[in-house]
Formats: sequence, structure tokens, C-alpha cells
Amino acid sequence: MALRRAPLEYNRTWQMRAWLFGVFFFLYAPLVALIVFSFNDSKRNIVWRGFTLNYYHKLFNDQVLMIAFANSLTIAFFATIISLAIGALAAILLWRYRFTGKTAVEGAFTLPLVVPEICMGVSMLLFFTRVIPWPNYLMWPLSLGSIIIAHVSFCFPFVALVVGARLAGFNKEQEEAARDLGANDWQAFRDVLLPHMRPALIAGGLLAFTLSLDDFVITFFTSGPDTITFPVKVYSMLRFSVNPEVNAASTMLILLTIVLMIVMMVMQSRAQKGKG
Amino acid sequence: MNAVDQTLAKDAEATAKSIISFRNISKRWGSTVGVDNVSLDIMPGEFFALLGPSGCGKTTLLRILAGLEVPTEGRILIDGQDMAEIPPNRRAVNMVFQSYAVFPHMTVADNVAYGLKIEGVPQPERDRRVQEALDLVQLGQLGARMPDQLSGGQRQRVALARALVKKPKVLLLDEPLSALDAKLREAMRFELSQLQQKVGITFIMVTHDQTEALAIACRVAVMNKGSIAQLGTPSDLYEFPASRFVADFIGSVNMFEGTLIDDKPDEALVACPELEPHRVYVPHAVLGKEASSVWVAIRPEKMTLHKDADTPPSVPECPAAHNVAKGEIKDISYLGDISIYHIVLANGRLIRISRPNRSRFDQDDFSEGETVWVSWDGSSPVVLQS
Repeated sequence: MALRRAPLEYNRTWQMRAWLFGVFFFLYAPLVALIVFSFNDSKRNIVWRGFTLNYYHKLFNDQVLMIAFANSLTIAFFATIISLAIGALAAILLWRYRFTGKTAVEGAFTLPLVVPEICMGVSMLLFFTRVIPWPNYLMWPLSLGSIIIAHVSFCFPFVALVVGARLAGFNKEQEEAARDLGANDWQAFRDVLLPHMRPALIAGGLLAFTLSLDDFVITFFTSGPDTITFPVKVYSMLRFSVNPEVNAASTMLILLTIVLMIVMMVMQSRAQKGKG
Repeated sequence: MNAVDQTLAKDAEATAKSIISFRNISKRWGSTVGVDNVSLDIMPGEFFALLGPSGCGKTTLLRILAGLEVPTEGRILIDGQDMAEIPPNRRAVNMVFQSYAVFPHMTVADNVAYGLKIEGVPQPERDRRVQEALDLVQLGQLGARMPDQLSGGQRQRVALARALVKKPKVLLLDEPLSALDAKLREAMRFELSQLQQKVGITFIMVTHDQTEALAIACRVAVMNKGSIAQLGTPSDLYEFPASRFVADFIGSVNMFEGTLIDDKPDEALVACPELEPHRVYVPHAVLGKEASSVWVAIRPEKMTLHKDADTPPSVPECPAAHNVAKGEIKDISYLGDISIYHIVLANGRLIRISRPNRSRFDQDDFSEGETVWVSWDGSSPVVLQS
């Protein structure tokens, strides 16, 4: 006899299980197919013709692609650092101080979240060609400056959002206790508020990094004629044909994201264990 | 010497002895008044309590002392030194916060060591002092624990050790016992006063719980609406309240509105409509205007119950039929050591009487629904004019 289901154990009904299967299938089947076909020994990429690492070999020997990859990582790195600083400060500003026009400032911070990417892209293009023309002759990585600035503008609101949510749960008496025990403003911030914000900074940083790494639209509009990033390069490869090299490149991107996730999660669980 | 000079001289003398001196402190936020012109001197080694209902300004006063709030007006002296320009991190006072505010990401020992680290106390001495402070609050073994592994009472001890390790001139406690359960609260009450005697520094405690203040403090300032309603020892406040607010806030009380009908140097009479036809007699002067409105306050334990009889019970040293009332027992709360009797007077007024259960059969003396006489000595009522 089957065990009776408790009222809230919906996951034990077959409808729920079918639904879950459907969700996971449509989420992950395309990704699995993409990864599998990156190992396909065929130019056409339609029928499975046997296992090969050829396309990965080709990938790592493709100079332009590697440069695009390095560019993407560099942009994501700087965009993350700057977004963390600006985002955290914005969150603290909105959390700690009361001032006239606070709602307006709060709205302005979250505007990049809702403005369509294509509008952001076009406006950035106009900005960096007409308002403040970004010189093309700068040496690397300064040549990436315009893209980094563009990425920061849509990444930092996410950091501010995550950090702001974390700050809402902060007991202000802790900071006062630090002050009371002799800490000046900076020491109280460093020893009490910053440790409290840490999980949010990690989460926000991870968010900013992945957002920046795979951004296509805004990057497409703001990159100069000579700079190319990984997603833009993948797009240009697609224009010729959907060959397994594109699959291989995408697989590398997925792998990198997963590795980053794992690193962050390990870091966070270590930090938690360090407490115990 | 004129009057002003004399006050100044008195002020100077008080300041010379006191460790904390509030001078005409006011705190306002816009039109809201938090603290209204409070002057107060606290002596070294005292266990002082600021007592009042929530929103009376007691916590604000404490935070002003710690430097966490800036007063709108007035001056604060700590050990004779003006604190106007001194930020909280350079004041010789330390605070135990209501939420304890223990740093969750540091071990117990690191929490306690924090103040010393900031101060730059070298390692060996720091460790010794941290251990000393932890031993003082009986947490000597738990230095390596994280705060989330401690009970509420233990976290409070961490907060205490963390403040005491700095050897402050004054320790400030913001509602120290309010977050503990009843049993622990009573134990901590005793422990706090033991601790204060051991370390010998001044403690200032903020509380809304009058039992707590009466039980621990040497002196209590009762606050109401931003100012000090009365300042005195616990027994002063209980037995000689200066106003209806204090009489009502400290302990429980039966209050009767009345008119002062006779005020002689050694006796006075008050007529209370709720007690008519009997009047209230006190064997001392009230020093009020005749026919003015006054309030008679009588503590529940200072009233006596008598079995029903045709004539009112006689009260010693009192004119006949004075200081008595007749009523019916509406409800009895048996609390073990005492019983509380709720009695309805003929005009519907409810009064409370408490009666100790000295023998194991005392609770059977009276029963619900019984008609009784109530009496009180001439020395029991306090006649209040405000």
C-alpha cells in the first residue's frame, strides 16, 4: 500500500513530478545538446558522427577568439570591482542617510535595470562617439574603458540591490557598540559593517561578473572597431555557420561560469565554517 | 553671598563629587521633545537607575551620555570633564546594549578583546585582561565559542565582559534584563548588583520595569515625558511618592480623588466622593490650600480586611468611622505568598488589597462574594497635590 501523502507534500503527486520534469527538460536539454555536439566529428552539426576534441583544439589555436576571451575576462574583472565599490556605497547611502530627493536617487539607481538593453546600447554608443569620444588608440586594457564603463552602469544596480537587502537586516547597535568600544568611523565600518555585508558582496560580485561576461547587446554597441569580446565573437562566428566550434566556445563559457559558482560557494561555506 | 552665587557654589560642589553630571540637558527632534531640561548628578560607585515608561526619554538620556546622541541643549560632565566635543569612542563610559550587539562574526574572546585591540593594548596583557573579564562574568571556558552557539543569558554576559574589560568609569546598561525569561531575570538581577559591588564602578541602568529598578539600584530617577518626575532611593519612591504619576508607576496603588477639607499642623482630613460617607484622616499636615483638589494614594498591602459588622472597625489613633470603607469581595487571586483581593465598594469603585498568607490556612479567612470592611492606618495614605 502506498504511503499516504501529507497535505503539503505536493512533490509526491505525479502531476507535480511531470511538471518538474518538463521544466528541467526545457531548461537543460538545449544546454546538454550544445555541449554534446561540441564533441561531434562533423562540420554540419546535425547528425552525430563520432567523438572528437578537434574543435577544442581549433578553439585554443584561434588567436582572435583567445583575445576576445581575454578581453571579456578583463572587462568582467574591472566591471565587477568598480560595480562592487559603487554598488555597495550606493546601498549604504540609501540605507543610512535621509535626504531630500532620496526616492528620486533610488529610482535613478534602479533605472538601468528596467531600461531596455538596446536603448542602453544605443545611448552608450552615442555617448562615447558624440559626447565623450573614447579614443581608439589607447593601449590595452585602457582601450576597453568604454565597455567597462558601460558594463558598470548596468551591473552596479544589481550589487546595490543585493547589498541593500542585506543591510536592511543589520542591527545598528552593533556599529554603535564598536564606536562605544573605541572604534572610529572607519574602524567600525571595517570591523562590523563590512563583515556583515560580505555575503552580499560575494553574491553581488558574482552576479556582476556573470552579467558582464555574457553581455552582448550593450557591448556590441560600445566596443570600438578593434576590440572584440567573447559573446560578440561567438555571434560573428554564427553568421557564417553553426559549426561545432561555436558549440565548443559556448561550452567553455558555461564551464567557466560553473567553476566560478563553485569557487564562490566553497569560499562562502569556508567563511561560515571559519566562524564555527 | 547672593542666591545665584549660592546655587553656583552648590552646583560646583555637586560636580566636584559626582562622576556624571547632566546640566540642563534637552533633546528635541523638530517639535518632538525627547528630553526636557534634565539636570542630574550621579555619584561614584553608585548603582543608578533611570526608570520610566517607554518614550519617557530615559534611553535617549543614556545615549546622550554615551555620545551616540548629541543633546540640543545642555552640557554633560564625566568626571568633571565637559563632553561636548568628545566623540563616543573617546569617552570613559561603556555600554551594554539592549540587543547586546555582540559581533556575530567574532568569537567570544575576540568580542571581548575588540575594545582593547582598538586601544592598542599589547597581546599578552590583552589576553590576560580578556580572560579576567570572562572569568568575572563566568564565561571563562567559552572564549572560543561563536555568539550563535550561546544562549541569550550568555550573550548578555559577553556584552557585559566586553564593556567591563575597558575598565570604564561608568558602565551603562540599556534595559539589560528585558530580553531574558523571568527566572533568569531574577538571577541576573542579583548577579548584576554583585558584579557592581565587585568591580566598584558606577553602573547606570535604564529600565521600564519598576521591580527591577527597586531591586538593584541605590538611587532611582523616575522619568515621565522627558523630565525627571522624582529622584530618590527605592523606598523613598515607594513610600513617599511626590506625584500621582510616581505613585501609580511604582508598585500598585489605590488612588482616590478628593477635597482637602481640613488642614491643621498635626492632622488633615480629606473627603473623597468614592469613599463617602467615611473620610480620610492623616495625622500630619498636607500643607495644601483648603478646599483644593487632592489625591489619596494607599498601597494594597497597607489596607486591612475585616469581617462584616454593623459598626465600622476602629482604627487606632483615628477618629471613629474614618479610614474605612465597606465592600464586597469580587475576586481573589491566590499567589502563594500573598493573596490579592479585589473589592467593589458600594459605589462600584474597585480597590485592590494584598494580604500575606502567614499561616497555611490564611487563604480560607475570606471568600468571594463576602461583604467586608476595609481599613487603613492614618500613616498609610499619601496625600498628593499633583
